[in-house]
Amino acid sequence: MLGTGILKGMVETAKNFAGSYHDPARLTTVEYPEQRIASKENARQFPMLIHDTEDPMKGLRCVACQICEKECPPQCIYIVKSKDKRADYKGQMQFYPATFDIDISVCMSCQICVEVCPFESIKMNTEFELSNTDRFGGLLIHKEQLAKSNEHYRKIHPTEAAASDAVLAAEVAKAQAKAKADAEAKAAKAAAEAKAKADAAAAAATPAAPKPSSPAAAPAAAPAA
Amino acid sequence: MTFHDLAYDAGKTDFQRKAEVIGVGREGELLEVAMGPQHPSTHGVFRMDVVLDGETVVKLKPVFGYLHRNHEKIAENTSYLGSMPYTDRLDYFCSLTNNWAYALSVEKLAGLQVPERAEYIRLITAELTRVLNHTCLAGFLLQDMGALGTPLMYAFREREKILDLIESLTGARMMCNYMRFGGCRCDLPAGWLDAAKKVVAEYPRFLDEFETLLSGNEILMARTQGVGKLSAELAINAGITGPMLRASGVDYDLRKVDNYGIYSRYPFRVPLGSHGDVYDRYMIRMLEMRESLKILEPALKDIPEGPVVDPKAKLRGFRPKAGEAYGRIETPKGELGFYLISDGSPNPYRYRVRPPSLINLTILEDMCLGQTVADAIVTLGSVDIVLGEVDR
Amino acid sequence: METLEQIKARAEATVPGAQLSVVKNDSPCAQHSLLVDVEHAYVVAQFLRDDPQLRLDYCSNVTGVDFLDAELSEKVKVKKVVDGVEKEVEEVKKTKRAGYLEVVYHLYSMSLKHGPVILRQRTPGRADPVKVASLTPLWRSAEFQEREVFDLYGVLFDGHPDLRRILMWDGFKDYPMRKDYREPDDYEYEPTPHDEVLEKAKAHLPKQEVKA
Repeated sequence: MLGTGILKGMVETAKNFAGSYHDPARLTTVEYPEQRIASKENARQFPMLIHDTEDPMKGLRCVACQICEKECPPQCIYIVKSKDKRADYKGQMQFYPATFDIDISVCMSCQICVEVCPFESIKMNTEFELSNTDRFGGLLIHKEQLAKSNEHYRKIHPTEAAASDAVLAAEVAKAQAKAKADAEAKAAKAAAEAKAKADAAAAAATPAAPKPSSPAAAPAAAPAA
Repeated sequence: MTFHDLAYDAGKTDFQRKAEVIGVGREGELLEVAMGPQHPSTHGVFRMDVVLDGETVVKLKPVFGYLHRNHEKIAENTSYLGSMPYTDRLDYFCSLTNNWAYALSVEKLAGLQVPERAEYIRLITAELTRVLNHTCLAGFLLQDMGALGTPLMYAFREREKILDLIESLTGARMMCNYMRFGGCRCDLPAGWLDAAKKVVAEYPRFLDEFETLLSGNEILMARTQGVGKLSAELAINAGITGPMLRASGVDYDLRKVDNYGIYSRYPFRVPLGSHGDVYDRYMIRMLEMRESLKILEPALKDIPEGPVVDPKAKLRGFRPKAGEAYGRIETPKGELGFYLISDGSPNPYRYRVRPPSLINLTILEDMCLGQTVADAIVTLGSVDIVLGEVDR
Repeated sequence: METLEQIKARAEATVPGAQLSVVKNDSPCAQHSLLVDVEHAYVVAQFLRDDPQLRLDYCSNVTGVDFLDAELSEKVKVKKVVDGVEKEVEEVKKTKRAGYLEVVYHLYSMSLKHGPVILRQRTPGRADPVKVASLTPLWRSAEFQEREVFDLYGVLFDGHPDLRRILMWDGFKDYPMRKDYREPDDYEYEPTPHDEVLEKAKAHLPKQEVKA
């Protein structure tokens, strides 16, 4: 009969209308901004810079290597390297960014800067309410606004942050091991040199003595290298 | 009237063309209408220059390029990896299949292998994308016919469930930037597979409801059956791909023909139409969704553990050897191909996208001639274009 | 499917006078292609489409490629007499190659489900007029794609029914996909925080009169 299909469809519409009052699967919208949906753990909006210390500007992990600036597809990152160096989290002397700007009117949230960063310093933030009355200057984000603490990162991306912390801890352990090995090697070398000197002085009659290697230093230095 | 009679001559002004088409003495009978670029039925910024005799279309020329940003030139000035986020913006409904097509082409060019787990993730995300695209297309098509709101809102409600899955996997709802050369960017988050299984298990119920609402509807049948007919011969000759080609009865699905990825492990059927009209195109998409769900169900169970990216694939400083490759996959819109020429430098020497939406528009005029202007809109809706891909 | 050499041999036998050559592709996928001269391109393409063993009824992809004038250097081993002894010496041989534009067609068969056979046409140079044969009368799918190649590379297609700009606007003069294309300095009129673009655009702003 003509019209049966339409009637069946109407029943379906009525089912959805009635269902929207009690079935959450049929009414999925929420009243933003009063109600909000929790952000997904992997969600990403715009980049941020991670710092470890109280003072955000002193503890930035970024060493101004400019890899992200080079790899950024729409070229929205602008970095000026500092003239001086300062100690990073491992105690190594490193440069730091004198200027670090991201133009978020150009940024397309692709996360490539995060992937290429070898220092775990640039990560994706989940903040999205960034509307601004200043169309140009207001959307150029400086390092003061970009700096976010590691605690914030742990809060928004727990799994990722744990992995990142593990990488950094391994780096620190490696650096410490290397420092220790270096110190040992240095001590061993000094001892060997002193011994060689003494040997040379004592046995001046036997000039063809083989140069003493430092057996203590070699295995210790190997894992650090 | 044939295609050649209607063709423009290059070098003539618009006034000369108009005079030729309308003809001296018939000025009052024919009406030239520019539908678009700001028209709600054109799925974006797209214009159809239509010449009407009463309500009958006697000539129709698609005009596009409003969204042209020369994606290919941008890609030739960016590294291989840097083009990946730009491919999201081609067909912005299906960024994951765009990613796959590009990754597949680069893998062909550089000879990279994809780990088993990554192949599964690719298949799962691609089929989810197909389901969401076809759901929305049905909603848009009904919107074009004047069913304002209801079917589209139902479609969007279900699409959001799949987008939630995609967001929790890739970090973004639409601009995923997820695949990498030789695998995927990151592994599945905890609990993702269970969430996906739930969505896949519940989807057929929605499809049943949706089909009860639409497929048997007499108004929909009256508006679509026998409208926008396309013969199999013309469809092949004009390079039409995807559901539109199969609605004309040509059995050509790249998932079967090329056997890329791991599609050969899962049996599925390729639905074929017999009339090649708008209704067939709508039905093909409905049936394809069910086939996709049939692939998804076992794939979500079978997915093995393992790495998700080929350890040999480099992220930075990726330089394939000189050569060229053409890779293609079956996206929800049709055959999406990438043609790459490498000269050994970090940027591709030539980067070409074969956009299915653009090529499916080639025969828009042939399908619309002799029909009413209202049918032309429905026919355009059934082609399933996305202007980000047409204009690039 | 037959190898490209077999296809070439059969095409040469069917189309007298056609100059065909195989262009090697070094990438792992080994998609070699068939270079055909412009005069016989249409007939050779017709043979490829209609031949019962090939039946390449589906032209998937049409695209242009721009090759600039280049100086190719290759290492050649040359036998030379050095100090009275014949030796093999490696020399860098430099050859100048005139630039050209190429149009590439990727052909598949929907009825026999094989492919691709890649067909290339080459123009003699890059200066006007750069003309190749249009294959749109054989495959409608080439219609928009050849228009695009014309629009972005400036290749003229002989026999195309509707050769107009497709993506750029009608009044546009240059061909943006050519490798030597430079966009105008003041292309981006919108002020942006990128100093470089602003500085470039400043030079094109109308001069403001200085008030005394």
